[in-house]
Amino acid sequence: MITFFLVLLQSGNEYNGGAVVAMVGKDCVAIASDKRFGLELLTLATDFEKIFKMNDKCYIGLAGLATDVQTLSEELKLKCDLYKLREEREITPKKFAHLVSSTLYDHRWGPYFCEPCIAGLDENNKPFICSTDLIGCINFAKDFVVCGTTARELYGICESFWEPDLGPEELFEVISQSLLNAFDRDSKSGWGAVVHIITPEKIITRHLKTRQD
Amino acid sequence: MINLDFLNPAENNNVLEQEEANEYMENLSVPTFEIPLVHNPVEFLKHQTHAAEQCRLSIVHGTTTLAFKFKHGVIVCVDSRATSGTYIASQTVKKVIEINPYLLGTMAGGAADCSYWERELGRRCRLYELRNKERISVAAASKLLCNMVYAYKGMGLSMGTMVCGWDKKGPGLYYVDNDGTRLEGDLFSVGSGSTFAYGILDSGFKYDMTPEEAYDLGRRAIYHATFRDSASGGIVSCYHVKQDGWTLISRTNVKELHYKYQDEPKAPLV
Repeated sequence: MITFFLVLLQSGNEYNGGAVVAMVGKDCVAIASDKRFGLELLTLATDFEKIFKMNDKCYIGLAGLATDVQTLSEELKLKCDLYKLREEREITPKKFAHLVSSTLYDHRWGPYFCEPCIAGLDENNKPFICSTDLIGCINFAKDFVVCGTTARELYGICESFWEPDLGPEELFEVISQSLLNAFDRDSKSGWGAVVHIITPEKIITRHLKTRQD
Repeated sequence: MINLDFLNPAENNNVLEQEEANEYMENLSVPTFEIPLVHNPVEFLKHQTHAAEQCRLSIVHGTTTLAFKFKHGVIVCVDSRATSGTYIASQTVKKVIEINPYLLGTMAGGAADCSYWERELGRRCRLYELRNKERISVAAASKLLCNMVYAYKGMGLSMGTMVCGWDKKGPGLYYVDNDGTRLEGDLFSVGSGSTFAYGILDSGFKYDMTPEEAYDLGRRAIYHATFRDSASGGIVSCYHVKQDGWTLISRTNVKELHYKYQDEPKAPLV
C-alpha cells in the first residue's frame, strides 16, 4: 500500500495515461481527449472520456490519475451547480478557472494527480481557454493548451498546426489531426477520441475513428 | 624442450603468411568486446543492469512475438512497435530477422542486442555450412546463440528470441533468452504482450489447421495483444517456414485488422 502510494507520488500523472487538448478559434473553442483507460501498459477500457460539461459554455478536460479525474470532476460539477443556485447565472470559464485553481490548492500537500484544461465562451461569447498544473497554477493561453502523458507531442504538433481565427469546422480539423497524430506517438493514450466544438449557438460533439493499438 | 611441430616444415619459412592466416581465423571466430577491467565485471555492472535501477544500460522495448509448429510447418508472427519509455520510437520495426533462407529469429528485448547477436548467429551458421558442406540444424543454431549470450550472462544483455526453421528432423522451434535459457517447444510467445497472445493461441490452436487458418490465428493473436498491450502495435508480419525454407505471408496494419475483426460476427460461446 505504501509502495503503491510512493509510485503514485512519483508518477501519478502517468499511471493511467491520457491526452487532452483545447484550442481557440474565431468565436468558438474546441476541446478534445482520447478515450483510453489503462493501468500502466495494460489497456483496460476504451470508452473513458476525460472531458466534462460544467454548463453549456464551459467544459473541462482532466488528464491524469483516473480516480482523481472522477472525484475532481464530480466535486467541480457540484461547485458549479451550487454557484448557479446561489447566483442564478451560469459560471463563466474565467471564474471557473479560478474555482478549479483554488480547489486544487486546497490539496497543496496531498494533491489530486490531475492536470485540467478548461475551454469555454464567456458572457460576451469571447473564447477562453486555460490549463493548470496539479496544484492550481493557472496558465492562460491565447492559442492552445495541452495536458496528459501526450503533452510533449501535442505541444510540438499544435505549434505547427494551429493558426488564428479558425472557424468551427476548420478548428475541428486542426484539433482532431493534432490529437490523433500526437497520441499515435504515445503508447499510453489513444484508443478512440472525442472532440467538442463550443459555439455560441450549439455544441458539436464528434467521436473519431482511430487506431486501436 | 620437446616441440611437437604440427606445421608442414616446408611452410615454416613462410612465418608472416601464417601469422596473417592466424589473424584471419581469429577474426572469423569470436567477436570481442571491451568490458570493464575489474575482477568481477558482473558485480561491477550490477548498478547499471539491474531492473530496479534508474539508469539502465539497455533500452528495453515492449513487444509481442509468437511462433508455433503445426501440421504444415512453423508460423512466426510479430508486431512492429519500438518504444523508449512511453514514447513510440517507431511503428515499422522489423522484428523477424532472416538469418538464412531456412532460419528465422524473432526479436524481443533490447533491439540492439537482438539484431547484433542474431546477425552474428547468421554469420556462424554460414561458416558452419562452408565447413561441413551441409546446413546447420535448428537445434545447433539455437545452441550457438544460447552459448554466445551465456558468455555475457548478468552483464545486461536483454534478448528474448525464438529460432525457427526447418532441418533434417523437420520443423524446429527453440526459445533462447539472455539468461541462457534454451527450450524446445511447439508454441511460444515472447514479450510484454505475450500473455494476451497466449490466450488467443491456446483457445484457437489445432495441429491439423490449414495454412490459411494458421496465418489467421497468428495475426489474430498479435492483433489482440496490440489492442491490450500499449507497448505493442504497428504492423503484423506473418512468416511461414516450410520444408523448402521460409516465406513472408503478409504485413498488415493493425488498424485494418481491428476494423476487419470488429465487423465479423461473434462466434457462439457454446
